[in-house]
Amino acid sequence: MLKVTIDGIETQVEPGTTILQAARKIATEQPEHSHLVPPAMCYYSPLEGSGGKCRTCIVKVTQGSERDPRPMPKPVASCQTQVMDGMVVENTTNPDLLAARKGVVELLLINHPLDCPVCDQAGECHLQDLAFAHGASETRYEEERRTFERIDIGPYIQLHMTRCILCYRCVYTANQFTDERVHGVLFRGDRAEIGTYIEKAIKNDFSGNVIDVCPVGALTDKTFRFRSRVWFTRPFDAHRKCDKCCGKTVLWMAGDDVLRVTARKDVFDEVEEFICNECRFDHKVKEDWTIEGPRSIHRHSVISANKYKAKAKTVV
Amino acid sequence: MSRKILLEHAHVAGIQGYEIYRKMGGYRSVEKALKSLTPEEVVDEVKRSGLRGRGGAGFPTGMKWSFLAKPEGVPRYLLCNADESEPGTFKDRYLMEKIPHLLVEGMITSSYALGVQTAYIYIRGEYKWIVKILEKAIAEAYLHGWLGRKILGTDFSLDLYVAPGGGAYICGEETALIESLEGKRGNPRIKPPFPAVKGLWQSPTVVNNVETLAAVPVIVNEGGDAYAAVGVGRSTGTKLISACGNLNKPGVYEIEMGLPVEEFIFSDEYCGGIPGGKRFKACVPGGSSVPILPADLMLKNAKGEDRVMTYESLSDGGFLTGTMLGSGGFIVFDEDQCIVRNTYTYARFYHHESCGQCSPCREGTGWMEKVLHRIEHGHGHDHDLDLLVDISKKIEGNTICPLGDAAAWPVAAAIRHFREEFEWHVRHPQEAQARNYGLGRLEIYYGAVGV
Amino acid sequence: MEIMAYNPPRFSEERLAQVRKIVGQFPEGRQKSALIRVLHMAQEDFGGHLTAEVMDYVADLLAISPIEVYEVATFYTMFNLKPVGKYMLEVCHTGPCMLRGADKTIAYLQQKLGIKVNETTEDGFFTLKSAECLGACGYAPMMQCGEHYYENLTEEKIDALVDAWQKQPVPPKAWEKID
Ligand SMILES: Cc1cc2nc3c(=O)[nH]c(=O)nc-3n(C[C@H](O)[C@H](O)[C@H](O)COP(=O)(O)O)c2cc1C
Ligand code: SF4
Ligand code: FES
Ligand code: FES
Repeated sequence: MLKVTIDGIETQVEPGTTILQAARKIATEQPEHSHLVPPAMCYYSPLEGSGGKCRTCIVKVTQGSERDPRPMPKPVASCQTQVMDGMVVENTTNPDLLAARKGVVELLLINHPLDCPVCDQAGECHLQDLAFAHGASETRYEEERRTFERIDIGPYIQLHMTRCILCYRCVYTANQFTDERVHGVLFRGDRAEIGTYIEKAIKNDFSGNVIDVCPVGALTDKTFRFRSRVWFTRPFDAHRKCDKCCGKTVLWMAGDDVLRVTARKDVFDEVEEFICNECRFDHKVKEDWTIEGPRSIHRHSVISANKYKAKAKTVV
Repeated sequence: MSRKILLEHAHVAGIQGYEIYRKMGGYRSVEKALKSLTPEEVVDEVKRSGLRGRGGAGFPTGMKWSFLAKPEGVPRYLLCNADESEPGTFKDRYLMEKIPHLLVEGMITSSYALGVQTAYIYIRGEYKWIVKILEKAIAEAYLHGWLGRKILGTDFSLDLYVAPGGGAYICGEETALIESLEGKRGNPRIKPPFPAVKGLWQSPTVVNNVETLAAVPVIVNEGGDAYAAVGVGRSTGTKLISACGNLNKPGVYEIEMGLPVEEFIFSDEYCGGIPGGKRFKACVPGGSSVPILPADLMLKNAKGEDRVMTYESLSDGGFLTGTMLGSGGFIVFDEDQCIVRNTYTYARFYHHESCGQCSPCREGTGWMEKVLHRIEHGHGHDHDLDLLVDISKKIEGNTICPLGDAAAWPVAAAIRHFREEFEWHVRHPQEAQARNYGLGRLEIYYGAVGV
Repeated sequence: MEIMAYNPPRFSEERLAQVRKIVGQFPEGRQKSALIRVLHMAQEDFGGHLTAEVMDYVADLLAISPIEVYEVATFYTMFNLKPVGKYMLEVCHTGPCMLRGADKTIAYLQQKLGIKVNETTEDGFFTLKSAECLGACGYAPMMQCGEHYYENLTEEKIDALVDAWQKQPVPPKAWEKID
């Protein structure tokens, strides 16, 4: 086992563990220290090869290891950097690091439409949270923002590319969990976009999972579009017998209506088990499901955490 | 008269073809290596030669070779990086056009040293005619038994192919090159694992620049020590410099490491000075990504010593007052050039070439381009300059591959050394549209040295 | 009578042999490595740009999925996704070329051809584009057209080149009617 200290909290991890995973381990074992987990916009543990792109998970390594205590000269992506024995990491305790992360968030937002009021993801959007926790309240960006047309990829999924942060999660999902990938990353640089190139429907049985893995409102559930704000719906754990997937889902209900079905996600908002499109889109009646009980959502969301109030206080 | 090592025979008529190349001593290094040296001994010679990567980073080649993993039963690959797309750099092209067999020979000898049986030359797609030149040279080498099965009757076999790219600067970054060679988008990989462990098709791979590989034959023929005797200190051997911009004689020159910068720019043996008797304003000596320096700092370092063409001398003073040798793309600016416009074209270049994977580079390069475009067109603000420096800091060191740094450095350096000129652009937008800023504070420098 | 709307793209036998040879340069199962080169060939053979249909054909040839081809074709700048003129003139305008007057070269070509950058002349002869560094910085100003670099350009040189190209007959090709 290797010893690692993050923001002064020590833990032991297996060789090969990344700093991010070590931080998550601390948060799982000692929830009072959850705040020291770096935000991860592109890394997604069920998806092989994900991470390293968004750079929001950066941390400062002030001691490389017991054997070689030199600090690492630049911030490193915690989702990609493996723990060494005796490593010392600073995240929330390092003001320079927080400033650097603020810089990343600023860059992620310069081309974002900031259309939360009309976005279905609002309330469970990681970019919204990130902007709240680490963003500046004003923008220094006075140039024109990049925009794309909104497109439907098939009957169930809508792609709102303007909101995309190019985390590549949906591409990895299609690669690793569906038979044939028909969407991908087209063009390059800041003209890069997720798309199918020619109009094509994503028809695969497991394609709906791209909605769950999307950290922002770029891929949304068309069957849920504008039906309700997420915070007005109530989540219930439910299951049904399904021959394609585990059949274990969360139903998002308003009264007796099932407005939306998603996979179950853990405290770090990662899908526990991927579900099939039939469960997700075709069983929007309560009777089709065995309801297990209310699901407690570990809402990271700015709205459920009452953070807006806190912010208002500091502003006034 | 400085010594030519790579281009010694480049001007011999017919050297492009096998017969003449062979007659001039070509392929001797393959004979010598295969018949009288073990692969380890070849690696040793390269180590002793002090040869450093000519692609830009200057990493010691022998050391890089010794990192190559050698698991049993797994093929290894040697890739020649002929993507050459860094603005200011056109030396590899020159070498491949003039003396293609030198690269082929270098790759055979290097492959022997590395235990490689399949090697590729990844060349930028725009160099279509060079693909043909190289394929012809390779065919000739096959024909004469330098490639293929059991070369020279030994157990060493090698296949060599040319693979053109599709137009992307980023494919010069070695892991992007590997991705591209696998038929994918040129997205750099996250390291580790490094190519020496997991490269092409997850096998151990060495990537070297054209010029690096072309230096291997002479090192094997004459010995590493003889090569190391040329040059100064840790900058051994010769370097191809592609000189461009405002020069009387732009072109590719082979120089001995240690040549004074002033001599290179002004002497008739090399670039022959600046056209029209104009004064020297600034220089970017190692390809567009290295910091620009004003004339005074380019000719002498901050301590007042002459700058010479070595890795060490050019980087003397760090980024505050120094720059880098980089890829040897030597860009010279005369007194009439506008640093703002130049910086804008660099920013546009890196924005155009960013692969778009990581957010700081993808978003930051576009932002810098737009701000510089505004300034250049007379719509800048005073705070834009600090903004640019700030954006560059947010990109630098916070990306998957060094393209982010390459985009950040030129902007930061231009503002560091030519801030007044930027400010003048911002404050006098109309005048800036009508005339150039000129030499600025360098007028005083030239007054003092009496030019 | 059989009605054929159009001929789907197909390489000639000679071309197919070349494709097989290129695929043979890579280990078994790594045929995707041939993609960029085959796309170059397809662009040459099927009208100077890549339609979705052509890309699907290439995907089929190399036994990969179409999206893998779209991803690659859209990444690299040498692949045209829209029709271009018979002569596509790409003038480099990056720093080193700019220092030696590339902007004037572009202006001159715009005026001479009566089009702006990224436009094609009405007769379909010329497309004008600006390009980023093509590796000819010391021989600036320069442009690329097809396989060739034209370097140290002057107005006279441009006149001679463009006038000669203009005199070439445009062979009518089937692909020019599609799109
Ligand atoms: C964005 C980027 C572009 C590069 N372009 C080239 C190039 O065109 N040619 C080259 O030889 N090296 C290039 N390099 C450097 C290579 O990554 C690599 O260091 C080099 O090929 C190693 O060969 P060497 O050790 O022989 O120099 C580039 C690096 C980066 C980050
Ligand atoms: S630094 Fe730029 S070019 Fe390099 S991987 Fe990141 S986005 Fe791509
Ligand atoms: S989560 Fe680590 S870089 Fe995106
Ligand atoms: S800058 Fe134009 S060819 Fe290099």
